[in-house]
Amino acid sequence: MSTAQNRPPVMEIQRVSMSFGGVQALDDVSFGVDEGRILALIGPNGAGKTTLLNVIAGTLTPTAGGVRYRGHKLNGLPTHQRVRLGIGRTFQQALVFGEMTVLENALVGCHVQGRSELFGAVIRLPYVRREEEDARLEALRVLNLVGLGSKADVPASALTFGQQRLLAIARALAARPSLLLLDEPAAGLNRMEKNDLGDLMRRIQEMGTTVVLVEHDMELVMRLAEWVVVLDHGRHLAEGTAREIRRNQAVIGAYLGAEVA
Amino acid sequence: MNTRVVPLSRRRDWLGLAGLVLVLGTLPLWLSSPYALSTLVLIGIYSIVTIGLCLLMGYAGQISLGQAAFFGLGAYASAILTVRLHWSPWLALPAAALLTGLIALLFGLPMFRLRGHYLAMGTLAFGFIVELVLNEWKAYTGGPSGLPGIPRLTIAGTPLRTDMVYYYLVWGFAILALVLGLNIVNSRFGRALRAIRASETAAQSLGIDVARYKLLTFVVSAVYASVAGSLYAHYMIFVSPTAFDFSTSVRLVLMATVGGLASIWGAPLGTALVMLLTLGLRELVPLVGGSNSGEFQIIAYGFLLVLIMLYMPAGLTVWLTRTWSQQRPRWEQGLAVARARLAGRR
Repeated sequence: MSTAQNRPPVMEIQRVSMSFGGVQALDDVSFGVDEGRILALIGPNGAGKTTLLNVIAGTLTPTAGGVRYRGHKLNGLPTHQRVRLGIGRTFQQALVFGEMTVLENALVGCHVQGRSELFGAVIRLPYVRREEEDARLEALRVLNLVGLGSKADVPASALTFGQQRLLAIARALAARPSLLLLDEPAAGLNRMEKNDLGDLMRRIQEMGTTVVLVEHDMELVMRLAEWVVVLDHGRHLAEGTAREIRRNQAVIGAYLGAEVA
Repeated sequence: MNTRVVPLSRRRDWLGLAGLVLVLGTLPLWLSSPYALSTLVLIGIYSIVTIGLCLLMGYAGQISLGQAAFFGLGAYASAILTVRLHWSPWLALPAAALLTGLIALLFGLPMFRLRGHYLAMGTLAFGFIVELVLNEWKAYTGGPSGLPGIPRLTIAGTPLRTDMVYYYLVWGFAILALVLGLNIVNSRFGRALRAIRASETAAQSLGIDVARYKLLTFVVSAVYASVAGSLYAHYMIFVSPTAFDFSTSVRLVLMATVGGLASIWGAPLGTALVMLLTLGLRELVPLVGGSNSGEFQIIAYGFLLVLIMLYMPAGLTVWLTRTWSQQRPRWEQGLAVARARLAGRR
């Protein structure tokens, strides 16, 4: 890891392999993610990028290897507990809660910060109300951050596709992640929306959040990512700065090969 | 931006509650038949079960085909504690609820580690097991012939004898069940449930322990059923296994679905409708030459369910509120025209 600082990476992917039946989706992948950076994970279709995100988030258990996060081994830890450790994520599909309002979606994002349980909810203890009020403020804050503050009371299903994407990011931010995994956030967005998304990611980074970004849009990757990791057929093919990766012959070959195939 | 957003539904809930209390409070004054009153008591009791079921089915997205078993556990626990062990009914009721909740917890613990419709299968089996125990454990339950001599609930030492008193008591419980249910729905817990129903994957990614929330809701629904069961036992002063069989479970699911799973407001509405329909059928079927047996009821339930699914798939409550908001402008316009005419005439 050619980092300037000598701090240990916030997350280390350690020799992760994942096979589904006979298909080797990930094959002995290792790399580190430095704190506060935007790291892009790229590669041709089927390279194993989303699989790796699922391994990090805890949706999938790797067949070998593991993930180390802030010194903890994450092996066997279920998704919802990883969120409590500060690992947030979004999906390729926005997966917003369509029947709920935009504000309620963001409020669900605040879930991990709350402590109120069933009992408190049933009889509406004073601290539950206070907590609810705090959550509302936090939810409005993240909605304003992504520019959806004015849509708070609209049902999420009424938002455009791009707005739903932003809502999914807001929702994940409400949990105050220190590491945010974004799975193709720009797919299907128009040029202007992509620009806004880029600005938003810069702001997220400025808040101190580390971002791992799976993305096909090379322009966006080149503009944002300080470090790029390239996967190909489940293997770690290369990593480096965006500029280095653009000139890497192996990477160019992999992409050309994918296009020919 | 420091706007305090108060969801509209909250205000509507309070209005609805005020209306419900008003209607229910004055309803017995209009009714002369004691039969009608006892029907209303039963509707109240079943409503408590269906409110819990609505939380489970509508909010946690899980189906229980054995809810009558928890209803029966509450009823029999209360009956056995008061008849055989001479407890006070007011002590037996929470004890039964605690016991039933515990049983639901132990039963649900393995069920919710699995995804999908295992709960429906599991609760179906659970219902049959409970039915079997109620029939066979004769020393305590009295077997198929039932358990008579259950004491009535008392207030300040006086046993409650009239249906009128039971009516207010039972509906007091039902309204409390509704209020507590609404509190659950409008909380962090309820939001998590709705998130789970919309997308388990997304809910999980936001730190929600999906299995735990489903399990807790299942336990809540069982406790609701148990409280209703205790009230049932002390109202009927007799329990027998047939009141808690599989067909009762099906009827409970039907009640919750007819009312609409999108809101727990649907539960009492659906319960009343299905109960009245059942009674109506009991009167009507012999008139057209059918036998007064369960088969006709099941056919009618089937028809009702199909009609509901075809014409109001979201249930009665949603259909009513939607129709109301669609028709309101027309009615208001009509009202305004009438008022203008009246004013013109003067």
